[in-house]
Amino acid sequence: MPALSPEQIHQKLTQQFGEAIGPLCAPQKDPFCTFAPSRLLEICRTLKTDPELAFDFLQDLTATDHPKENQIRIVYHFYSYTHRHMLVAKCELDRASPEVDSVEVVWKAANWLEREVFDLFGVSFTGHGDLRRILLPDDWVGHPLRKDYQEAGGYQGISNVRDNTLNLYLDADRLMAEEKSKQAPPVPEKAPEAKAES
Amino acid sequence: MAVDSKGYLHDPGSSGAVLTTSTNLLEDLINWSRRSSLFYLLFGLACCGIELMQTGGPRADIDRFGSVPRATPRQSDLMIVAGTLTYKMALRCKLLYDQMAEPKYVISMGSCANCGGLFQLAYSVCKGVDKIIPVDVYVPGCPPRPEALTEGFLRIQELVKREKLKQKFRPSRGPADTGAGYEVPELV
Repeated sequence: MPALSPEQIHQKLTQQFGEAIGPLCAPQKDPFCTFAPSRLLEICRTLKTDPELAFDFLQDLTATDHPKENQIRIVYHFYSYTHRHMLVAKCELDRASPEVDSVEVVWKAANWLEREVFDLFGVSFTGHGDLRRILLPDDWVGHPLRKDYQEAGGYQGISNVRDNTLNLYLDADRLMAEEKSKQAPPVPEKAPEAKAES
Repeated sequence: MAVDSKGYLHDPGSSGAVLTTSTNLLEDLINWSRRSSLFYLLFGLACCGIELMQTGGPRADIDRFGSVPRATPRQSDLMIVAGTLTYKMALRCKLLYDQMAEPKYVISMGSCANCGGLFQLAYSVCKGVDKIIPVDVYVPGCPPRPEALTEGFLRIQELVKREKLKQKFRPSRGPADTGAGYEVPELV
């Protein structure tokens, strides 16, 4: 079976799932469409098992934060080693309580990728077997890749403030100047002598 | 060591100390043996670790100064923190430092270890090793070449040369920042 173009894949999916598949974006390098979060798992199973699609590889799973639209978008990159074609899909989630089905049951590779998205964006994946932080320490507060993330000011008593070393030199310069002025007070400026014969 | 005009043993390297007592001689002997076998803890955290390996390799060959890598803190005298220290790693770094036996020395290698460097503004990066443990020598560079690290190592040797027997622990060369929360043992 030949490799399918993104348009063909999109058409095929739309036929099967209808409203759950969003429109394909304008032609670009990696055209993408949106999947309805409620039917994501169903769609993903089809992507993997359908012999014409056969997406056997989850290339990447990541997220983007869009505070203005009040959305967190999960981005999926699928690839088929059988047919050598690929597809990009996005899931738009509510920013206040982002929650989506885990695709770990379809592609095992999603396990760590979803943990990373949970760690950095705070998206909770239902059905994930081991959803905990993967990069940051377990007791970390907040999800740093969210646009509105505020640093907590260090970690476990380690200060996150470091003085500019240049200030030390500036202070030293100032102190030395003061010392000098103490030793030899500046000579008051003399009134310019009247030029006699000119 | 040399004998000066008055017949005293004299070590020009140890800030003009004159050997008058056997303690002095003992001190010098101990310091000589100590600085000639400074085993360093393998603690490469980022790209500086590659330069650290090069320093141990045949071209720079830090082994000629008697320094060889150790894979455990309990056999190490010197900790070379090579690379970006994250907060997560900072706690482990402190733990490893605590496991080393006195006397112990620390080289902070590279901009990241010195102050956070390129990643200073990142949320997860510790702004310098000296927030966690006292540092003896800072080696600048991104990453420093093996020659620079060797120079830093020679500075550590000079520190060891000046150790005094009476001091059970060396005086603190602690961080400027007191928020680190570690305790320096008192002098005896």
